[in-house]
Amino acid sequence: MVTKTMSKTKFMGSIGRIFIASFLLCLAVVVIYPLLWMVMNGFKSNGDMLSSPFSWPRELNWQNYVKAWNRGVSSYLTISILVTVTSTLTTILISAWAAYGLTRVAIPFNRLMTTLVLGGLMLAPAVALVPLVKLFQALGLYNTYWALLILYTAFRIPFCTFLIRSYMLDLPREVDEAAEMDGASPAATFWRVILPMCRPIIVSAVVLNVLFTWNEYLFAMVFTSGGDFQTLPVGLTSLMSKNGTDYPVVFAGMVIAAIPVVVLFFASQRYFIRGLADGMGK
Amino acid sequence: MMADPVFWTALINNVFYAVVSVIVQVSGALALAAVIEGLRSERLRGILRATYFIPSAISLTVAGLLFYFIYEPELGLLNGLLDSLGLNQLTQAWLGQENTAIWGIIAMSQWQGFGYSTLLFAVAIQRIPSELYDAAAIDGVGGLKKFWTITMPLTREMTGLMMIVTVAGSFQVFNEVMVMTSGGPNNSSQVLGTWLYRSGFVRNDFGYAAAIATVIFVVTIVLALIQLWYGRRRRVEW
Repeated sequence: MVTKTMSKTKFMGSIGRIFIASFLLCLAVVVIYPLLWMVMNGFKSNGDMLSSPFSWPRELNWQNYVKAWNRGVSSYLTISILVTVTSTLTTILISAWAAYGLTRVAIPFNRLMTTLVLGGLMLAPAVALVPLVKLFQALGLYNTYWALLILYTAFRIPFCTFLIRSYMLDLPREVDEAAEMDGASPAATFWRVILPMCRPIIVSAVVLNVLFTWNEYLFAMVFTSGGDFQTLPVGLTSLMSKNGTDYPVVFAGMVIAAIPVVVLFFASQRYFIRGLADGMGK
Repeated sequence: MMADPVFWTALINNVFYAVVSVIVQVSGALALAAVIEGLRSERLRGILRATYFIPSAISLTVAGLLFYFIYEPELGLLNGLLDSLGLNQLTQAWLGQENTAIWGIIAMSQWQGFGYSTLLFAVAIQRIPSELYDAAAIDGVGGLKKFWTITMPLTREMTGLMMIVTVAGSFQVFNEVMVMTSGGPNNSSQVLGTWLYRSGFVRNDFGYAAAIATVIFVVTIVLALIQLWYGRRRRVEW
């Protein structure tokens, strides 16, 4: 009797395992196949794609990539890299300074300032859109590189400060005291002691920030609608409208836009997950 | 605003977005993360987590354009798949019809986002002391029961947070709708974000755009306050 129920649960267990395994596999196919389809279509000739959209490409048409590159993607890519690098640098630097000040220096109204900085987390970009456009138009910054740099930095500081601050809170006080005893100024303590100790969270913050900036669409579209200054997400949509029926070129452009972030994700997975976990979990 | 039918369409679409996203990206992702973390091979767990995450790394613009093509009536993967399964009668212009457009966008958004929340839940599950699961295994507790009695209660904070973040995100949707349909056909897939944009920047009615912004603001700020309250309460408990 006992053995019979045992084997029954075992049987149910293996059915369950097979079911779970096939479910996980199907889900992986659902995720991968569209991406594979995108890459394949980027290699097809236009006729090939229109006549047999689901087959493997008959030959690898690298020209699609060349065409996409020459029809604007090179400039979108350059601008995306420029905006991403500079805004990530300024964001992380300002956030690290802010976090240092808020956690390790005795400043007046510390609590109020912390609330103010972190309160920025609650502001949705769409909510501030109209006043920001008016403001940037009045300042003459509309349709310029500076608009994106300022907006991305300003909107990312709360989150990055929050990440770095919670990490700094866990660093022992004795470190600062030891540095002070050795005669280090607060600035030297920050650069030589605290910042190097925060390296793991800084890397996480950089990765999250790069992903955000690289993929941001709303601000990029509204503030650089002029045309000659477009980041990749906005550029791709204009590539799409300009190349009406030459779909493989659009697919090639999409692949070019996706590769850097996918590579970055796989290269930095550990830090990335850590950053997400710290950002959400604390 | 109250007399504007498109405003209501947009608001309802945002609500649909929130409901589906909570089902898929909170409950679904939690269950999926529990299944993945229950696997024996650490290597396999890592591969699955990373694979499911890829769509979240590529931008919503790329994902949106990709699905624009997937839903394309002639060339698209979806109609092709239905054809090959012999379900020709189901093929249609997914984004070109008023009753399917928003659902096509919502489905794309789930594809793009579920890996991200699964990853976060996986991290939360990893933080649960493994002794609890070992003890349950010794007592002969089955997988489903472990999920109800250990995983669910001990990831409740993350679940609550994800719920708020997901709903708040659903009310700020913009990118994918803009890329895939621009709110069409006939405004059927407008959401508050795209209707705000259209009102302000296409029809030049900045006042109306600001009014829509206020609605988004109220929704997101209420959710943020709930989140704050939630976080504070948790701190006391710990």
